[in-house]
Amino acid sequence: MSQVPLSHILMLSAALFFIGMYGLFTRRNMITMLMSVELILNSVNINFVAFNKYLYPDRLEGVFFTLFVIAIAAAEAAVAIAIIINLYRNFQSIDVEDADEMKF
Amino acid sequence: MGVSAVIFYILSFFILAAGLLAVTSRKIFRSAIWLLFSLTGVAGLYFWLQMEFIAAVQIVVYVGGIVVLIIFSIFLTQQSGKDLPGPVRSRAIFSVVAVCLGFVLTCLLLRQYVFGKTGSGQVVASGESGAGAGVGNIGTQLLSTSEHGYVLPFEVISVLLLAAMIGCIVIAMKLKPEDK
Repeated sequence: MSQVPLSHILMLSAALFFIGMYGLFTRRNMITMLMSVELILNSVNINFVAFNKYLYPDRLEGVFFTLFVIAIAAAEAAVAIAIIINLYRNFQSIDVEDADEMKF
Repeated sequence: MGVSAVIFYILSFFILAAGLLAVTSRKIFRSAIWLLFSLTGVAGLYFWLQMEFIAAVQIVVYVGGIVVLIIFSIFLTQQSGKDLPGPVRSRAIFSVVAVCLGFVLTCLLLRQYVFGKTGSGQVVASGESGAGAGVGNIGTQLLSTSEHGYVLPFEVISVLLLAAMIGCIVIAMKLKPEDK
């Protein structure tokens, strides 16, 4: 583990973050946008764990932040999927371009 | 380059390749399966960092919970055999340029910054606390009410999960016709 510098792990998490960003920009389907958000949250978790392990190995703060981020991500995914299913009942589509009733 | 470094680079290539396929695949079900592989790779990375508890939570919550939820909602909301429409050309070009610029900027900043052994990090590590990320230490500190305990955020998170559960039921509830 000590053979790999911390900056390489941070570059991995930055790459994963920007992959999720690309998905969020190009996808128009709500479920795939939700998947991109999950990728972004995972890259943040990698950062927390790597900083905890490399810079403060005697502390546990990074572990707790990661656990709380995972719990909030689970709650967020559940609420998002409830909203998506409700939207599908009303519009018969989960494309973000079709859900424009509250626009303007 | 030792075996450990080789394992790290193979894992990171796997994570990034699966993530890239998850955001570019034209079939939504395949996209969900690639997301599953990517999340499993992240769990492997936590094992490589010797954070076994986080890796187990990652597998249980993400792979066992969120991906299954996403696959359920795919089956509920669309025909999984149909291809998704491709991205608009101009939007795809703009996104690739923005993402590449952001990644290059982040990497340049990372190269300039020197990560020192700041704080009390290495000094105390072999000393009296000797905490480590074992499950026992995590559980003790998570539920302790002392100065560095995390019992208040823990309780707040449980209230948040309850609120999310009730909210999901209310949002996704189907009204009977006479109620409307």
